[in-house]
Amino acid sequence: MEIKEIQEEIIDEFSMFDDWMQRYEYMIDLGKSLPLINEEFKTDDNIIKGCQSKVWVHAELEDNKLVFTADSDAIITKGIIAILIRAFSNQKPQDILDADTHFIDEIGLKEHLSPTRANGLVSMIKQLKLYAVAYQTQIED
Amino acid sequence: MLDIKKIREDFPILKRQVNGKPLVYLDNAATSQTPQQVIDAIVDYYQNYNANIHRGVHTLSQEATDKYEQARLKIQKHFNAANSYEIIFTSGTTHSINLVANGFSALIKKGDEVLVSAMEHHSNIVPWQMLCERTGAILKVIPMNQEGELRMDVYDELLNDKTKLVFCNHISNALGTINPIEEIIEKAHKVGAAVLIDGAQAAPHLVADVQALDVDFYTCSAHKICGPTGVGMLYGKEDWLNKLPPYQGGGEMIAEVTFEKTTYADLPHKFEAGTPNICGGIAFGAALDYMNAIGFEEIAKYEHELLEYATQELLKIEGLKIYGTAKNKTSVISFNIEGIHPYDMGSILDKLGIAVRTGHHCAQPIMDFFKIPGTVRASFAFYNTIEEVDILIAGVIKAKSMLL
Repeated sequence: MEIKEIQEEIIDEFSMFDDWMQRYEYMIDLGKSLPLINEEFKTDDNIIKGCQSKVWVHAELEDNKLVFTADSDAIITKGIIAILIRAFSNQKPQDILDADTHFIDEIGLKEHLSPTRANGLVSMIKQLKLYAVAYQTQIED
Repeated sequence: MLDIKKIREDFPILKRQVNGKPLVYLDNAATSQTPQQVIDAIVDYYQNYNANIHRGVHTLSQEATDKYEQARLKIQKHFNAANSYEIIFTSGTTHSINLVANGFSALIKKGDEVLVSAMEHHSNIVPWQMLCERTGAILKVIPMNQEGELRMDVYDELLNDKTKLVFCNHISNALGTINPIEEIIEKAHKVGAAVLIDGAQAAPHLVADVQALDVDFYTCSAHKICGPTGVGMLYGKEDWLNKLPPYQGGGEMIAEVTFEKTTYADLPHKFEAGTPNICGGIAFGAALDYMNAIGFEEIAKYEHELLEYATQELLKIEGLKIYGTAKNKTSVISFNIEGIHPYDMGSILDKLGIAVRTGHHCAQPIMDFFKIPGTVRASFAFYNTIEEVDILIAGVIKAKSMLL
């Protein structure tokens, strides 16, 4: 599935919720089911700065597609990364670079988007895109 | 007895809603809310006598200068400083500490020792580390115990004739501990060391008498005592302020300037380069008027009731641990629930309209000491209510059920 389709799917899922509490409960569940990063990749190099909680993201190229794994010590943060990973993992680096992120807004997480927010959603997206840049360069070489 | 209902009417912001819920503001240790009386002082300044001070012969400038200097007198009186020129207006506690730390670069040398407490805010650690880097002085730490109280026995051992400076907060922002600063000051003076007390967290709860304390430097920020952000004060003993070189150069702080040599203005202007936060200084004075009219004794008594009640109710929640259980503490409660990250707890509480602080509270060494990533911190002011404590408790229980 393309990134855009996945994003539409996520928007559909979130549209079923009536209030913030259901959204948060869903995110907490997502957080609990996040494919965890290998312990060996939970290094300081993989930590995303700008978050109140610790967030690690690791990327690997498989068949020219970028696969992300991640973890966080805070469950809501983990839920947010789970959503990002669902949207961006297993995609071609160039597609990740081209993708927009306004779906975050549409699923009611706009408050997390401000660059000054302590949870660092913006930093996470930036980090995913930086990985995409790095691997895209590698592919082009 | 404080009439809390009436007091709350002074604070327009307390009427607003957050996420569809009435605001429960429990982040007072970060910044306090502003009463109408202080807002009025700010508006009055800009509507009626906004002008630069100390240099205009025109009426507005003179009025602004008068009000600004009156505010200095209010601060002097509040902290019982011997002279008004011992009160320096700064942009806040961080600025004050940097001013002193920078000045001490000229007064201490390699091998001298400076002591810092283990429960400092980063703003009372980093400027001194920078001082030590510049001078080769050695930074030593007064440790604390599991309750979050300073180990005064170790303090005694650390003090020696090489100790030149001791700096410590009056009250810890992360733990609420009220430190025994009288003893700290007295013992430091016995070895000839100067003491700077960071009063940022104390000023909202109690009145420090700088002469009775015999403290060398004392500092606080207006925005934690119902005043505006961006303004604070540094008290310094006259002798020390004369010894310290100026921090910043510019207008206001000079006596005479030629390209060959500049002579500096007298205290306090020597440390007040440039156009100050005039409106902020005046509003700072208005905030002290407001707090003093309510009365600090009444405030402390009431806040203690809130603290006791909140502590008792929070501890009923299974898995909840409070960090900072000193016998002598103020209305700050840092806590965690086993298995829950403070960020998650804070996010859910925010959704319920409850404002708390989460994270390391700019005091990472304390978090390292307790081996935790951070805490949830609820800090109470005199305008908070028992009902708000109940809303907090219900919120914490709700968040716990969602997160575990």
